[in-house]
Amino acid sequence: MLKFTEEHEWLRVEGDTVVVGITEHAATQLGDIVFVDLPEEGTEVTKDDEVVTIESVKAASDILAPMDGTIVEVNDVLADNPALVNEDPLGDGWFFKMEIEDKAALDELMDEEAYLKYIG
Amino acid sequence: MTDDDLLQTPLNALHAELGARMVPFAGYAMPVQYPMGVLQEHLWTRAKAGLFDVSHMGQVLLRPRSGDVADAARALEALVPVDLMSLAPGRQRYALFTNAAGGIEDDLMVVNRGDDLFVVVNAACKAADIAHMQQHLSEACDVVALPERALLALQGPAAEAVLEALVPGVAGMRFMDVGVFEGSHGALWISRSGYTGEDGFEISALAAQAEALARALLAHPDVAPIGLGARDSLRLEAGLCLYGADLDATTSPVEASLTWALQKARRPGGARAGGYPGADRIGRELAEGPARLRVGLLPEGRAPMRAGTALFAVEAGGSAIGHVTSGGFGPSLNRPVAMGYVAADDAAPGTPLWGEVRGKRLPVAVVPMPFQPTTYKR
Repeated sequence: MLKFTEEHEWLRVEGDTVVVGITEHAATQLGDIVFVDLPEEGTEVTKDDEVVTIESVKAASDILAPMDGTIVEVNDVLADNPALVNEDPLGDGWFFKMEIEDKAALDELMDEEAYLKYIG
Repeated sequence: MTDDDLLQTPLNALHAELGARMVPFAGYAMPVQYPMGVLQEHLWTRAKAGLFDVSHMGQVLLRPRSGDVADAARALEALVPVDLMSLAPGRQRYALFTNAAGGIEDDLMVVNRGDDLFVVVNAACKAADIAHMQQHLSEACDVVALPERALLALQGPAAEAVLEALVPGVAGMRFMDVGVFEGSHGALWISRSGYTGEDGFEISALAAQAEALARALLAHPDVAPIGLGARDSLRLEAGLCLYGADLDATTSPVEASLTWALQKARRPGGARAGGYPGADRIGRELAEGPARLRVGLLPEGRAPMRAGTALFAVEAGGSAIGHVTSGGFGPSLNRPVAMGYVAADDAAPGTPLWGEVRGKRLPVAVVPMPFQPTTYKR
């Protein structure tokens, strides 16, 4: 099941964890991504904390935690190959996995149809 | 300012047709990138040839009232710390407008066209520069702004062959040569120069001819349109300053490591020493050295150090000894590059420094510039 935030993140639910990345729309808008600064595994985050910084050729942007939880795994491959975010934003270009405390909060996020309408 | 208030260059319709993403820049709607994207546009320019619309820049003629171009050169020397009396016809030279405090009001190119001087200034400064020249040069010169002219740049290793096919004769020019070429696109004022570190040309054409000229250049398979995004990363790798970022009204040419642009004749002890705004400070800094210097900075890691990043001589504690003024990712080097100002004691190449990025101090080394070797045809 894929969920989307207004910050152009996607969340894929895998059991008790969710995988988080950015949408193709966001990756295209950012342009060529050259650096991804990932959080440390085990970091506890609150919704809207700045957890990831992405640098494109042009500028830096922050990715916010989509909900409360704990970072349990990060996609280390991005350190050497940040271009994966442009090449495969919904697949190999994922950022981190987090354990979330309140699964019900997922219901407040957009589904794919709502997100596509949101970006117009 | 809303987008509706933005000025347009003569190539505005062509940019739209090419799929450019337009942004406001110095009051103009300008292409920041085309569908190729900044990274590939940068690499294309280094490998083949990139076409840039730089029509937003200010083009100005200084026509000597006496008819003798030396009188225009002598008058303009009162505004810049540069030797213009020795600038030969058909040659171009880099110059700086200074202020009374020895800071830089703008950087510019000056061309001796034989009968007059042709000056190219930055878009954001052009109104002030024209007023400045009218105020101080009107006795000696007619100061004529040329809004009816567009400016294109063709840059990269294929530029010579591409332009020679359209404008025979340009291949014989050397770096900083300038000529007027009459042809099917009207009178083109062409200089062998640019802002990328690559061999290439800047072409001043009448606005009405600019689109046809641009289309003729783009028809060559080696030529792609390049936006302001790649223009910035190209000039940064070439170690070239951006006015407003690396140079400003408080920065002296000596601090900015631009002493190469200050010829002997205008330095203390020279034939025409001083006689320009801020000569006291600039002369003193030439003799004693400045307190801070612009240097190249090579971050060790993958994290870019953007403009504003504070620089430290120690990994923890202490106070900042400088800051980054331009920084980003250098596609040709495939790593971050930056330039900035540091205390003179910390300016020697090889000096290890730390840049504070998001609260963490990351190692960065002072290095000579350019980062990318230039390929000018000298």
